[in-house]
Amino acid sequence: MMHNLILKVVSKFLIPLIMLFALYVQFHGDFGPGGGFQAGVIFSAAFILYTIVFGLDAAKRIIPPGVLKVLASLGVLIYAGTGIAGLILGGNYLEYGVLASNKLAGQHIGILVIELGVGITVASVMMIIFFAFAERGRS
Amino acid sequence: MIDSIIDITLLTFLVITALAIIRSHSLLAVVMLFGIFSLLSAGVFVVLDAVDVAFTEAAVGAGISTVLMLATLALTYKHKEEKTEKTPIHAGWLPLTVVLITGSLLIYGTSDIPAFGDAKAPSQTHVGPYYLEKSIPETGVPNVVTAVLASYRGFDTLGEVTVIFTAGVAVMLLIGRRRKTKPENTDSGDDNHDA
Amino acid sequence: MQFIIDHYNYWLVIILMMAGFYTVISRSNLIKKIAGLSIFQVSVFMLYISIGHVKDGAAPIIESDVTVYSNPLPHVLILTAIVVGVATTALGLALVVRIKEAYGTIEEDDIHKQDQSL
Repeated sequence: MMHNLILKVVSKFLIPLIMLFALYVQFHGDFGPGGGFQAGVIFSAAFILYTIVFGLDAAKRIIPPGVLKVLASLGVLIYAGTGIAGLILGGNYLEYGVLASNKLAGQHIGILVIELGVGITVASVMMIIFFAFAERGRS
Repeated sequence: MIDSIIDITLLTFLVITALAIIRSHSLLAVVMLFGIFSLLSAGVFVVLDAVDVAFTEAAVGAGISTVLMLATLALTYKHKEEKTEKTPIHAGWLPLTVVLITGSLLIYGTSDIPAFGDAKAPSQTHVGPYYLEKSIPETGVPNVVTAVLASYRGFDTLGEVTVIFTAGVAVMLLIGRRRKTKPENTDSGDDNHDA
Repeated sequence: MQFIIDHYNYWLVIILMMAGFYTVISRSNLIKKIAGLSIFQVSVFMLYISIGHVKDGAAPIIESDVTVYSNPLPHVLILTAIVVGVATTALGLALVVRIKEAYGTIEEDDIHKQDQSL
C-alpha cells in the first residue's frame, strides 16, 4: 500500500489531535465559541477521516454500529433526563437552579450535562449517517 | 471601514462561487465549489461578529455536507463514468423570469429595514440587551450564546437534538442495509429483512 | 448614497438567495438541486445575522473592557437552523441514492419520462 503510506502516517498523527480539540471545544463552550454541536461534528470528523484512510472494516472494529445506535439515544436521554431530574428535585422541567444547593452552581451543572448529551448525540448521528453511506457502496 | 471592505470582498467571492456552481457541468466541481462556498460564508459570519455561527457553519457545511455529497456522487455514478449533468430540455427563460421578479420584490421589500448595523433598530432593543445584562448574574456563563441556547431557550435545543436523532434514524431506515439485489432488478423493497 | 451604504449587505445576500433558487428550479440534476438548496439556506442565515449586527460591536462573549456587543438572539436561532439544515441535506442525499437505485438515473427529466411511461 505504498500510495497510501503518507496518508496513513499523517492521519495517525492528526486523529488524536482532532479528538482532543473536539473535547476542548466541548468543555470550553462556556467561555469561548463552542459547545455541543461543534464538538460533536469535529469528533465525528476524526472518525470519518479514519474510515476514509483505513477502510470501513477497521473503523467498524473500533466502534461497532450497535454501540453507535445506543450512544445516539443515550445523548437524547441525558438531555431529557436532566429535565426530569429538575422535576424530581422540586422545580419545573429543565430548571437548573434546583440541581445543586447554589443556584449558579446548579446552572453550571445543568449546562455542562446537557451540552454533553448534545455532543454525544451529534457525534454518533454523524457517524451513523456516514457509515450508512459507506456501507451502501459495497456490494 | 476595513470591516466593510472585507465584508464586500467576501460577499463578492460568494456571488462568483454561486454563479460558478450554476454554470459548471461537472458534478465534482460543483461539490468542491460548494465546500468553498461554505468556508467563505463562515468567513462572512466572522466579519459580522457571529463566531459561534461561523464555527458551526465551517464544521458542518465544509465538513459533513461536502463529505456526504462526495459519498452520494460515488454511490450514484459508476467508477469510470463521466460525472456530468445533462442540459435540461425545458425552456430557459421561465426560471430566469421568476427569479428576477422574486429578487426585485425582495429588494423592494428590504428598503424598509433599518440601516445595516444600526444600534437603535427594533431588533436590538427588546430581548437582546436583557440577555446581555442578565447572563452573568443569572447563569454565570460568559458566552451569552451558550447561555441562551442551553438555559434560557433549553426547550428549543431539546427539539433540535431530537431532530438530529430523527434524521439519523431516517437515514438508517433509508440506506442502512447493504443492497441485497443486483442493480438490474427493478423493485428495491426487499432490503429490510433482519433487524 | 447613504441608502446604498445602509442596505448593500441585504442586496448582496438577496442576490445569493436568488442564485440558489435559480439552481433549484432550473437544473434537472438532483445533486445540483440539493447544492442549490444549501446555498439558499446559507444566504437566509446571512440575512438574519446581518439584521443582528451592530456597528463597532464585539462578539457576544462578555469581557470586562467591551461595552457594545452584537445581538446574541439571531446567533442562537441560526445555530439551531444550521444543524436542522444539515439533517435535511443528509436526508435528501439518502433519498437521491434510493432514487438512483429505483430509476437508474438522477436526472429529473428522465425520471419524469419513466414515470409517465408506466
